[in-house]
Amino acid sequence: MTENNNLLSKKIIVIGGGPAGLAAALEANRRGVAPDDILIIERDRELGGILNQCIHAGFGLHLFGEELTGPEYAGRFIKEVCDAGIGYVTDSMVLSLSTDRVVTFVSPTLGFCRMTAGAVVLAMGCRERTRGALNIPGTRPAGIFSAGTAQRYVNIEGWMPGKRVVILGSGDIGLIMARRMTLEGATVLRVCELMPYSGGLARNIAQCLDDFNIPLYLSHTVTEIRGRERVEGVVIAEVDEKLRPVAGTEEYVECDTLLLSVGLIPENELTRDAGIEIDAVTGGAVVNQFMETSAPGVFACGNVLQVHDLVDFVTLEAYRAGESAAGFATGGLHSDGDTIATKAGEGVRYIVPQKLVSSSLAGVKLFFRVNNIYRDVTIRLYSVVYADGKTVNKTVKEIKKRIVTPGEMESIEINDKIAELLKDASGIGVELCKKEI
Amino acid sequence: MTCIVCPVGCRLEVNLDDNGGVTAVTGNTCVRGERYAVAEITNPVRTLTSTVHLSGTSEKFLPVRTALPISKGRLFAAMERLRSVAVSAPVKTGDVVATFDGVDIVACKTLLKKAV
Repeated sequence: MTENNNLLSKKIIVIGGGPAGLAAALEANRRGVAPDDILIIERDRELGGILNQCIHAGFGLHLFGEELTGPEYAGRFIKEVCDAGIGYVTDSMVLSLSTDRVVTFVSPTLGFCRMTAGAVVLAMGCRERTRGALNIPGTRPAGIFSAGTAQRYVNIEGWMPGKRVVILGSGDIGLIMARRMTLEGATVLRVCELMPYSGGLARNIAQCLDDFNIPLYLSHTVTEIRGRERVEGVVIAEVDEKLRPVAGTEEYVECDTLLLSVGLIPENELTRDAGIEIDAVTGGAVVNQFMETSAPGVFACGNVLQVHDLVDFVTLEAYRAGESAAGFATGGLHSDGDTIATKAGEGVRYIVPQKLVSSSLAGVKLFFRVNNIYRDVTIRLYSVVYADGKTVNKTVKEIKKRIVTPGEMESIEINDKIAELLKDASGIGVELCKKEI
Repeated sequence: MTCIVCPVGCRLEVNLDDNGGVTAVTGNTCVRGERYAVAEITNPVRTLTSTVHLSGTSEKFLPVRTALPISKGRLFAAMERLRSVAVSAPVKTGDVVATFDGVDIVACKTLLKKAV
């Protein structure tokens, strides 16, 4: 490194050193980019991202056939990065990114830096929705934490957030923390879930709630927080089918801690500030099948692109972004042809990628989430074609599924045969033919 | 019951005879589910993951796991045992840092010794 770190350049800059960033950097290296021409910029004090605080097991079943803990999964990729000699800095914060791929960051070792990248990979992950964003009325006492913050406190810092806990949100983070807090000596009084179904895995309901006799209240929410300097209790009410609290169902539950597990939001400040197009539904960048955003040579992968359930799929998505970034940086990526849009049809909440370069459809996998729990459905992939002056949907693939839920990302692959059928499509859609439970 | 062996979480149904023995398991999509159901009835076990005190590096806690599942009823006793475990860096993933009920407690992270 020279002393003047302005106008330095790297072939690949990866923003974020969690599982997505690590995998993208490794794949770029595997595709021929020299290890010292890759720089991972990580804001925390170590690589590994959120996996460092996910000390529970369940990671890596698809990729390794094993159920690793978060640190073990991250450790494998960190070791590969170090063995390959790929460059990285920690405790370093990216301040801005421009669409011509100038990355401005601050680092304890490098100072203030402005680096030009041949290609940039966005891998900043996501953060949690807060009480403020939820607008829960009441006082503002201490003792209200997002579940992920509580997880950081317990597993990394060694602090107990509280002793008598109510958890709002039955997604996996809330369920995992219900178990963790209980094992460390707290009393988790109940888990409340706004929806009539839990967003978490069934196995987590079993091993985090049932195992410890923690009750799960579906279709319930916290309507008020009480307490002067510390949480003293919360008011919990049932909600109707429109998710509105039902008068008369309120119950006051004494507690000293409220954990919120109410949604993850991709962390795209840098992306927005750069003027890169964002999908309002996913909260992440609009990308094509090469994981390329609206800014040429800027790629996105992992939770910053779409919130994932399984880290194995984050890794696979990041491999694709790393491959594309390497291709772009070395001049070998052909991603600037005509594009068509993907359309989320009936029952589908979103599809990634949102755009497809129509000359390279073979082998593309579309990832999507449904907007409700459906049983005995057919997932239909269709092409949108113009015929006789009208737009017509033509089915090209159908998959039968016994159950699909919003909490489990689905995918459908465009093989060579289907790519051929989609040749003259002006759009591609995925919809469900269903009956609700 | 819900199988917890993998993220699919199959819903299992177990038929018992008059002595509480398992006669049939249905609902599983793999053989591990069948074995899990039998174990749940006869001797439920769980993998425990937690942290232990760490010194000699900037991290204060080391994530650990039981190398094998332990009896479900012994989870809190295992947590109590872990409270008195103190590890000093350097430590490697897989290093045995303690034992409980004959099962190894292993480190889940590799950390070098570092001046704090």
